[in-house]
Amino acid sequence: MMSMLAEIPYWGSSIIRAVVITLVVLAPAGTTVYLYLFKMVSFMQSRLGPMEAGPFGSMQLFAELGKNVQKEDTVPGNADKLIFAMAPYVVLLSTFLLAAIIPFGPDATLVTFDSNPAMDGTGVFDGAGVFYALAVTSVSVVGVLMAGWASASKYSLLGGLRAAGQLIAYELPLVLAVVGVVIQAGTLSLQGIIFAQYEGEIFGMGAIGNPYILTQFVGFFIFMVAVQAELAQTPFDMPVAESELVAGYMTEYSGFRFLMFFIGEFASANIFAFLASVLFLGGWAVPPFVLEALDIGLDSNLMNFLGPLVMLTKMLLLTFVIYFVRFTYPRFREDQLQRFAWKFLIPLSLVNIAITAVLKVVF
Amino acid sequence: MGLVPGLVKGLGVTAKALVKTVTQGAETVQYPHVKEDPVPRARGVIALHQDNCTSCMLCVRECPDWCIYIEGHKELAPPRRAGGKPRSVNKLDRFDIDYSLCMYCGICVEVCPFEALFWTPEYEYSEIKIADLLHDKSKLSQWMETVPDFESYEAGAEVKQKKVPR
Repeated sequence: MMSMLAEIPYWGSSIIRAVVITLVVLAPAGTTVYLYLFKMVSFMQSRLGPMEAGPFGSMQLFAELGKNVQKEDTVPGNADKLIFAMAPYVVLLSTFLLAAIIPFGPDATLVTFDSNPAMDGTGVFDGAGVFYALAVTSVSVVGVLMAGWASASKYSLLGGLRAAGQLIAYELPLVLAVVGVVIQAGTLSLQGIIFAQYEGEIFGMGAIGNPYILTQFVGFFIFMVAVQAELAQTPFDMPVAESELVAGYMTEYSGFRFLMFFIGEFASANIFAFLASVLFLGGWAVPPFVLEALDIGLDSNLMNFLGPLVMLTKMLLLTFVIYFVRFTYPRFREDQLQRFAWKFLIPLSLVNIAITAVLKVVF
Repeated sequence: MGLVPGLVKGLGVTAKALVKTVTQGAETVQYPHVKEDPVPRARGVIALHQDNCTSCMLCVRECPDWCIYIEGHKELAPPRRAGGKPRSVNKLDRFDIDYSLCMYCGICVEVCPFEALFWTPEYEYSEIKIADLLHDKSKLSQWMETVPDFESYEAGAEVKQKKVPR
């Protein structure tokens, strides 16, 4: 894919990349919002959800889009207007920055951040995709704080501060959970982690490779809990707790800017699910015995077309877990949330790193 | 904590509801296409039986938000028996209930000593203009057709069963 892009001029490939990344962010977001936020939660509450727009309400998303676009874009009188207007873009920016590096196939990446050793001939994965991914996830907290402060509203400010405290508290277990994976794979490159899982063996059995969900299940648990908190999904939705803070940092937003926050929230749920499937479920690769049956290698060009579908399936599975938990549990209290992060998740992830490091040396 | 931790049990509750909705359908109905039958004693709208009203104004005075307006006058009607005195009967000039104010407390129905007001379960009378929610005596009388019969009392009840005037 990259070689295909290399033949067209830079401005052309940039346009293609921009279109594709918009699709990568918006199409799965629409799918999961319809499947889980509209339909699954309705079924869990014994109702049918949207049924009027299109067959089974499948066009409801476009109705919501139209509704939000035609709404008046209000700005509070005391608000810092420039910062207020910029905040949703910053939140959405972190989603796009994160989506840019997710690999969907041996060459099917949007940016050449992770070099593929099969392509450049060095044989070593020298990208630092994990480092970059964990760094840009923190960008959204800036946007949230901007929104909270610039709205000139007490609910927004409290929501923004809560969100900042929560994101900082759960960024740490998120990073530490990934460290275990990095130690086991021996590389910071996302492609390298996928190849390491594909080539890995559990006690000499390599039929399904070594998806790190099996050997790093503690890390996987910590990662998913931290992602849930990072996305401010229930039971960690104190920043937007509607019964206490109206809508937290989004209180003063309406129309298109609110829509951007909304898209940012649900698109980043998908992007985090993509990241989790790369780190723990083997990414775009399928188990080795499937590829042996098809008689192709992991570097085959077919995987560039199969890979996105595999990633989509794994993403839908993980987002199902995220929304299942979201629609089942009630909200934590603010102090319980902080205690859970600092007194339970972080020590647990430190122990996980230590044990992983010891076992890595032993085996 | 039992054998199954509460957190897992909670996930089971939502999963069970999900499966039940998919296999057996939802508890809700799709309103404009399917209508639920309201229960017989539902407080939908108040109907007026004009012949029973004596303009005693009790309902007007008891109404907590003063949404009933009555004007009436007396007329002489022919006597019941030949040679008798002409009867004086009440004629309603105006009997309005403003449903934009009404809070459906039902005090007017309870306080009426002559059985002129009745609850009916009809609920589809929303209007585009708020002024159209003021129902006059002819509209209130039309609602009488929808008044359901009173539910029969328990077996052995000493009070005589009340009847809706038709």
